[in-house]
Amino acid sequence: MAKKIKISINGVSVEIDQDTTILDAARQTGVIIPTLCYHKDLCVAGNCRVCIVEIMGQKRLTAACATPCEEGMDILTNSLKVRNSRKHIIELLLSEHNADCTRCYKNGNCELQKLASEYKIMTQDFIRLVPFKNYTIDQFSPSIIKDDSKCIRCQRCVRTCAELQGVNALTVAHKGDQMKITTFFEKAMNDVVCTNCGQCINHCPTGALVEKNYIEEVWDAIADKTKHVIVQTAPAVRVGLGEELGFGPGVRVTGKMVAALKRLGFDAVMDTDFTADLTIMEEGTELLTRLKRKMVDHDPDVKFPMATSCSPGWIKYIEHMYPDYLDHLSTCKSPQQMFGALAKTYYAKARNLDPETIVSVSIMPCTAKKFEANRPEMHDSGYRDVDYVLTTRELAIMIKQAGIDFMRLDDVHYDRLMGESTGAGVIFGATGGVMEAALRTAYELVTGRDVPFDNLNITPVRGMEGVKEATVKIENPLKEWAFLEGVELKCAVAHGLVNAHKVMESIRSGESNYQFIEFMACPGGCLGGGGQPIPTNPEIRRKRAEAIYAEDEGMPLRKSHQNPEIIKIYKDFLDHPLSEKSHHLLHTHYSPRDRF
Amino acid sequence: MTTNYLLKRVDFIFKNENDWEVILSKSINRAPQELINELISSELKGRGGAGFPTGLKWKLSAEAVNAIKYVICNADEGEPGTFKDREILSRVPFKVLTAMAVCGHVIGAKEGYIYLRGEYHFLRPELNKAIVEFEYYCKEIKFDFSIKIFMGSGAYICGEETALFESMEGKRGEPRNKPPFPSTSGYMGKPTVINNVETLAHTFTIFKYGAKRFYDLGVQYSRGSKLFSVSGDTPKPGIYELELGMSLEDFVEEFGDGDTKAVQVGGASGFLVPRKRFHETAIGFQGKLTGISLPTGGSMMLFNSSRSMFNVLDNYLEFFREESCGQCTPCRVGCQQLLKGIKAVKRGEKNAQYLDKLLRLTETMQYTAKCGLGQSVANSFSSIVENFREEMIY
Amino acid sequence: MITKDEVCKVHAMTEEEKYALLKNVINDYDRKESNLIQILHMAQAIFGYLPVEVQHYIADQMELSVSKVNSVLTFYSFFSTQPKGKYTVSICLGTACYVRGGREVLNKLKDVLGIDVGVTTDDKMFSLSVMRCIGACGLAPAMTVNSKVYKQVNPNKIHRILGMLK
Repeated sequence: MAKKIKISINGVSVEIDQDTTILDAARQTGVIIPTLCYHKDLCVAGNCRVCIVEIMGQKRLTAACATPCEEGMDILTNSLKVRNSRKHIIELLLSEHNADCTRCYKNGNCELQKLASEYKIMTQDFIRLVPFKNYTIDQFSPSIIKDDSKCIRCQRCVRTCAELQGVNALTVAHKGDQMKITTFFEKAMNDVVCTNCGQCINHCPTGALVEKNYIEEVWDAIADKTKHVIVQTAPAVRVGLGEELGFGPGVRVTGKMVAALKRLGFDAVMDTDFTADLTIMEEGTELLTRLKRKMVDHDPDVKFPMATSCSPGWIKYIEHMYPDYLDHLSTCKSPQQMFGALAKTYYAKARNLDPETIVSVSIMPCTAKKFEANRPEMHDSGYRDVDYVLTTRELAIMIKQAGIDFMRLDDVHYDRLMGESTGAGVIFGATGGVMEAALRTAYELVTGRDVPFDNLNITPVRGMEGVKEATVKIENPLKEWAFLEGVELKCAVAHGLVNAHKVMESIRSGESNYQFIEFMACPGGCLGGGGQPIPTNPEIRRKRAEAIYAEDEGMPLRKSHQNPEIIKIYKDFLDHPLSEKSHHLLHTHYSPRDRF
Repeated sequence: MTTNYLLKRVDFIFKNENDWEVILSKSINRAPQELINELISSELKGRGGAGFPTGLKWKLSAEAVNAIKYVICNADEGEPGTFKDREILSRVPFKVLTAMAVCGHVIGAKEGYIYLRGEYHFLRPELNKAIVEFEYYCKEIKFDFSIKIFMGSGAYICGEETALFESMEGKRGEPRNKPPFPSTSGYMGKPTVINNVETLAHTFTIFKYGAKRFYDLGVQYSRGSKLFSVSGDTPKPGIYELELGMSLEDFVEEFGDGDTKAVQVGGASGFLVPRKRFHETAIGFQGKLTGISLPTGGSMMLFNSSRSMFNVLDNYLEFFREESCGQCTPCRVGCQQLLKGIKAVKRGEKNAQYLDKLLRLTETMQYTAKCGLGQSVANSFSSIVENFREEMIY
Repeated sequence: MITKDEVCKVHAMTEEEKYALLKNVINDYDRKESNLIQILHMAQAIFGYLPVEVQHYIADQMELSVSKVNSVLTFYSFFSTQPKGKYTVSICLGTACYVRGGREVLNKLKDVLGIDVGVTTDDKMFSLSVMRCIGACGLAPAMTVNSKVYKQVNPNKIHRILGMLK
């Protein structure tokens, strides 16, 4: 039990735990202190000074986010001195900010705009500084647009890139009036170690970092009568989209989302969960094959641990940071790209469509997926496999533009052929989900029995711990897998690239002996992706995860290999996992990159 | 020196006394608490400008529980018009080294660092020689204390103690949030005493002659003597050790060129005092004497009637705009607004009332900036604008 | 520990030898992040400035991200990412020097050298920079050429000071 101390906030006495910051103490007692540089995911910076409060008896004001309460503190959060100073600070930030709000992508969802509105800053007294600076907009990346004229130097992006991701693509350079947030030698985001994870976008309070949006391109495609526009939706979108459209965090809106997509005019609405199940079939088989090559054939070239390859942010990270470990990656494409390759082959054939006329759109919780779709190797269908990637946020914009009253929509089911999924596909959206889904299928494949966890729930790999571990012992395998008798399959799960770094270092140093590791670039996995609704914070991630697992539990089928459409595609098209056809369409390769 | 002594000159710091070995041996054989009491009763306050009681600073670090502690000598003398620390380190380095070692004894630190301003790299060879000799003596008397020099790299803000720690840790010199304070969490997160060069030199005087000799100098709240760097329009620029509490009128009488219209006390982060207020201004830390008292790092810059106060302010603001670390809003943006603002008023693009808006802005900067730099921009700005408003406009 | 003599010999060194020396420096400093600033000082002494490649090398050797190295060095005015001339001419623009004619001296220097602040002449002889108070306020305005201090300079003296160097 923490020691309690007594303080007073705006004249009201309260008892709080020792070491609570003034900001938290105020929030606990129902007093809201505005913030900008503060974010629950990040360390305290105390830079923006918006959260200043007055402590009686002190001449200077104090940053509430950075100051712990002390016994007997008499705190005022809205004194005249605080108000005047706070207004000044907002005015200063606005003077440094390109406040062309009506033409800003973040219009309506900007923390600075909200503050300015609350404090009714109606005049422009200070000199506008933007015209004196030589700002250019960096839009070379297929995922991220960086506009320094809108940057307020809160450094949330810098802390995100360092603390959550350990990438340090964005840092602070220079000092004084020249101080800015930039990349190494001010190169374009596309030319540095940036993984396109989009966490910086998700943490940016203004429009300085936004996704490159493809909304108009998709509207054009829908309007084009010669095109057949199909859409896939990633697992995590269904537990995030509602937040943008009037629901609270953690509400599942799968059926409404499908209904909305139909109303937007997509010709077919299908599910990335289907290819998540397919990924399990391919990746699970790949894992078992690798084990066989190592244990039976004693092949020295086979690499362990095998690492998952679903997260394009993670892929780009390992290409930059651990280029000598690319052989450890599963060769499976991500579910998005498997879907793309199949859309213009399997689906086109089944529906008797000319693949040339198909426009393939995906809705992702992710900005790195935009980069992934743009990779030159992602043309295995003979066309660009995925034409446009939209984030959860972009889809919400389209739904609003179309005038759809989202809350009143009735649930609609996905279209057939690539729209059926299992609970295993759904949990791809949460950290640990790929691992859990893979174990459910691989274990059964090897032993003919259910994975030995209560109700298929492999709880050790669930939750928000940065690195999680699980061991599954194989007993009484089927005859063809007899060599696995007694083998303890050691697995690990890492989410957030700073945790990926920890695991990779333990592999490099030789101290870990995992066989299979799931890596996700974003904290919490895809449900905390860079393309998800803003804000995303620990509490919201937890609620989205609960929704994902509830969705899984509610599914009649919860193992990928049970998915009837998966059974069908192997029967009709792919033959078997790792067949020649699947190698051609569903697998890929990776390339080393610089560490700039 | 000739002429009448209006000011009480003192000669402690530069007095060449070849007895540091004696002072060191004697002091480290005294109990830490005794030395702390000596400092507390001398009422010595930090000579870097902020004026924190030195004895209390040592006491807090001595009380902090940690196996590793540090003593840091802040020689990042960057305040425009200040050059006293350079003189101390080149003329009486052993006094500073001795004081650092005694501090190490008091708080329980075995390592000391001198953070030397980058521009003073020419001091380094001689200072290094002194350190070698000093450490050799420490070994002889079996006193475990080492001193290293850390070179600054050209950033004024690193004179701020927490920015200095960051810089020593290999990072950008950005001030930290306080608390925690250096006495419990300083360099490398360890309890640290960080003192200005001159402060350390004064402790040597106190340990040698006792607290009373020091306390007897100066006036209430401002005890002892202090070095002043005198520059600008003066026939006798240089460094002078003077008793605290002197009136600015006497000072100008002695150092002015007969046409002094204003004195900037304490450098860019200090105050400008116009002629009409010389008589009511005393130089010390706090408390009223005949008029206002001013804290000072020791820079005294005199301006005669040929100087434009607009140019002076312009120069200060240019300095702050560049030397602000840039992390906190009031300082980063505020400095740019002040500089652009006075220029706009001068050019007639903003009316004279805009100066009042800027004055209110400096008040906000004083209340809200993260560190002393941003907080003190208000000092020179308001004292210049309020006293020389016409020069700002026309 | 690397000696000053070794650093003084650098202009006779090949690029390879310079990198080998830098590697020794980094090892001497235990590859510790907390010693980054000292390492940057030495690197600048060896190479004369800190180009992209040197920053990259330091980052790789110290297992730091290169943007972090860049972030630290751009904070400090001592570090230059541009090559410097044989002589670095700096004029003090501290308050005393400024009000006593430092600005005029700077303008004259720009004029005579034909370059702006932060730039090096085409013949790689002179670089021009400004500095903060160097404590020569007593005899303002002051300028330095490399580490030599010239006091009470005025625009008319510039030709002579620069001429003597050539």
